[in-house]
Amino acid sequence: MSEMMDYVLSFLILTGAVFTFIGSLGLARLRDFYTRLHGPTKATTLGVGSLLVASAVYFSTRGEGVSLHEVLVTLFLFITAPVSAHLLAKAALHLRLKSLAKAPEEAGRPET
Amino acid sequence: MFRRLLPHPLLTPALAAVWLLLVNSAAPGHIVLGLFLGWAIPLFTLRFWPEPVRIRRPLTLLRFVMVVLYDIVVANLAVARRILGRPERLRPAFVEVPLALTSDLAISLLANTICLTPGTVSARLAPDRASLLVHGLDVADAQALIHSIKQRYEAPLKEVFEC
Amino acid sequence: MLTSVIPIAFALVGAALALTLWRLLAGPSAPDRILALDTLYVNTVALLVLLGIHLGSALYFEAALLIALMGFVGTVALCKYLLRGDIIE
Repeated sequence: MSEMMDYVLSFLILTGAVFTFIGSLGLARLRDFYTRLHGPTKATTLGVGSLLVASAVYFSTRGEGVSLHEVLVTLFLFITAPVSAHLLAKAALHLRLKSLAKAPEEAGRPET
Repeated sequence: MFRRLLPHPLLTPALAAVWLLLVNSAAPGHIVLGLFLGWAIPLFTLRFWPEPVRIRRPLTLLRFVMVVLYDIVVANLAVARRILGRPERLRPAFVEVPLALTSDLAISLLANTICLTPGTVSARLAPDRASLLVHGLDVADAQALIHSIKQRYEAPLKEVFEC
Repeated sequence: MLTSVIPIAFALVGAALALTLWRLLAGPSAPDRILALDTLYVNTVALLVLLGIHLGSALYFEAALLIALMGFVGTVALCKYLLRGDIIE
């Protein structure tokens, strides 16, 4: 493995780990459910995404052929993270959770 | 006849590509198997995809994807800075964004994009599909947020999936 | 370089898991716990990918993929339960 590749990989792994950590820190630190929702859905997704890219680069440079299946997990996470965030926000509105923001008037109204 | 045999022409290559990624190989046998799966799966799941998907301007779609990828990185830096800053200073707010889109696919793509980008999570679609409730992590100006969502994400989606 | 970065990354992801676990236990509401569980799944995917790079084995990828799938399905099912009081209609 070349010197250059080593630096790129280290950068990707460190970025990924830092963003994963910041996402969870947001989850633990912020003060109401709706703001907590932002940390994991964004920071963690990018963090894991960049770790997966690092993994793809690492296994592709080992000389056993190109390894791209990590892209699949990245893609999957990028498609599913917004869906679960949306559903969680909807569930929280349905349960009328306390919010720092002014809640919309008809929040919590049961709907189908 | 053609429509019945191949209800979603775009889904076939996409599924074949996913299969090749999953087995992590590009052997001829796997390409054939992937194409077969890409043909058979849409036939069996036809009832979940009643309306045909049409992409009118592939280049606009490509540019949209690039803009979103760039925004994801920028949004992450912004959210990371706000998480590390003082939580009391955040100005979270619910914002009602009126929608000009009508097709299901375009609305769900817009909602997903909003969830992935600048400190916003889409929370609820109005029952009549006229507006989308969005929660912003740190909203300084609600009108500016609505304007940027409409201009940056909704306009290209409307161009690509509707006329 | 890589050998010195990986332990740091492990520590960061481990700390992330601990923070998420704290939120899972502390709650206070049901959606909070579901969100913590979802984050726990995603962080586990990160941990497994790191482990795969550390051990130089591609085997952990399948486990990561399965955990990502199960995590998503679990989150959706739990949210549905909160919204409707029922999962299968």
